[in-house]
Amino acid sequence: MIDTHISDIPLGMTDTGRVTSDVSLAIASSGLTKRFRGGQLAVDHVDLAVPRGSVYGFLGPNGSGKTTTIRILLGLAFPTSGSAQILGRAMLPGAVSVLSRVGSLVEGPAFYPYLSGWDNLARYDAADRSVSARTSKARIGAALERVGLSAAAKKKFRNYSLGMKQRLAIAAALLAPRDLIILDEPTNGLDPQGTREVRALVRQIAAEGITVFVSSHLLAEIEQVSTHVGVMRAGKLVFQGELAELRRTAAPRIAVRTADVTAAAKVLATLGLADPETGEDLVTAELGDAAPERITAELVRAGVGVRGLSVESPSLEDLFVGLTGEGFDVER
Amino acid sequence: MSSADLLGAAAPAQEISPAGRYGALRFLGNELRTTFLRRRNQVLLLVVALFPLLIGIGLKAAAPHGGGGNGPGSGGAAFFSQLAGNGVFLTFIALSLLLILVLPVVVAVVAGDSIAGEAGYGTLRYLLAVPAGRTRLLLVKYAMIVVWSVAATFLVSVVALIVGVILFPAGPVTLLSGATVSLGAGLVRVLLVTLYVCAAMAATGAIGLAISTFTEHAIGAIAALMLLIVASEVVDNIQQFAVVAPYLPTHWWNSFDSLLRTPIDTTTLGHGLLSFAVYAFLFLAIAWARFTSSDVTS
Repeated sequence: MIDTHISDIPLGMTDTGRVTSDVSLAIASSGLTKRFRGGQLAVDHVDLAVPRGSVYGFLGPNGSGKTTTIRILLGLAFPTSGSAQILGRAMLPGAVSVLSRVGSLVEGPAFYPYLSGWDNLARYDAADRSVSARTSKARIGAALERVGLSAAAKKKFRNYSLGMKQRLAIAAALLAPRDLIILDEPTNGLDPQGTREVRALVRQIAAEGITVFVSSHLLAEIEQVSTHVGVMRAGKLVFQGELAELRRTAAPRIAVRTADVTAAAKVLATLGLADPETGEDLVTAELGDAAPERITAELVRAGVGVRGLSVESPSLEDLFVGLTGEGFDVER
Repeated sequence: MSSADLLGAAAPAQEISPAGRYGALRFLGNELRTTFLRRRNQVLLLVVALFPLLIGIGLKAAAPHGGGGNGPGSGGAAFFSQLAGNGVFLTFIALSLLLILVLPVVVAVVAGDSIAGEAGYGTLRYLLAVPAGRTRLLLVKYAMIVVWSVAATFLVSVVALIVGVILFPAGPVTLLSGATVSLGAGLVRVLLVTLYVCAAMAATGAIGLAISTFTEHAIGAIAALMLLIVASEVVDNIQQFAVVAPYLPTHWWNSFDSLLRTPIDTTTLGHGLLSFAVYAFLFLAIAWARFTSSDVTS
């Protein structure tokens, strides 16, 4: 059931289109759709293409369908239609053995409060039939070491701080050798120090060649570590591609500060600049191919008194907000 | 990493090992460890162990001499008069009294908690993402519930037997039908009765497991199972509902007194065991259908 909805996807996006059993993709989905029993469309024809070895930032405001998508990818929820492949294998209900190559953190850490960090990891380790019991201790020890929790291994989970809980969840994701790590909002509720730690850990994991799929509602948090981004809005994937590509879609604008806005606008119009906007003492337009030097010269020739002239590129944050909508805009 | 990668890509979909077929046992082992080391459960077992002791002391105090009957206790009436003559009977008395409410509560707490508790803590999504496998997780949980039920039932029997033998005389056992068998044969009857009660509790556990897959509130699942059991016991005692009585989940629980007669009434026992098997199978099927087809949203 291949059903691609290209119409939802803006220009500048890589051709992810059809899902094949492309081994170069760690995650591939085709027309992935989830409609809740109440009729709400949580995920709407999402075609993910996460290249192997990438750090894929999965962005979108809260409620845009990120977590539901991740739940489907992990076999926790069943898609209404569409399909997904993880590491080249179809995710079918019940056939989830490929998940032993996938580590995950979904909607925050979850452990038994009355067990120690070690015993909690031992539980998840015991449930995994792809690993050997003999190396269990070594695995748990290494995972705890990696997130810096060795000293707190015997402490009860309920006595862990928020940051420690988060780190234990990441340790669980790293318990067995993985090819893909899925982290859903890994920095949620962490202080700046904790956020930095998570970022460093993501870098470290990626450096080992493991694909990292990390979701966040804050672009700034994952901008520094991502190579690729996908942006969700109201259940739809509105952008997907390399981070550099997203940057390229940002059209730089020329801004002319002047007392004579009408004359300045006229000059910009004769130069053929698109999307002009006129403010009280400011005229802006898309720069396009025009050279700023030429615009300056033309303005002077037309006798426009220029107080200031600048070229402005929208920040990634502006682009993100442009894609996802402003603030508390609950669309569904 | 890359060599493992290649292996992973080359292997067919159901590559399991190296844990292999012992993987499920390892999972069950961890599950049992977690269950039996949990403080709440240990307290439950301790309380269960205290009941036969209290019953024994109480009956000793009430009927210090002779075989004078103790009023009509529900279900256990026939046993009370026998107790003074033989301490072994404390086992049957304790089981029939605890079967009314205490043992079902002990089973319900663990069975109701089995899936709903995981969902409530959020650990269910991580277990499934491991991936533990939905059917496999359900089977491991049910195996754990059965072991728990057996442990609780045997605890009652063993404590009752010890207390009975200490407080009352022990010797050849006079059965309800009047025949007397040797102490050894009497102890075999104790074992059979205990196993029969284990079967009843294991079936109850299957109902609890099924309810547990429908909610993420463990306490709700526990309460629902208790309500169901009490309702079944009430209906079972209303004459007008006699037609449906044999189909109630609790109807055959006390039929173990058939084991205390010669010859053993195998028809009644057979009906009871069939009822337990049908209930266990039916509710495991419901649990499986529900658990393998629904989204995990906790």
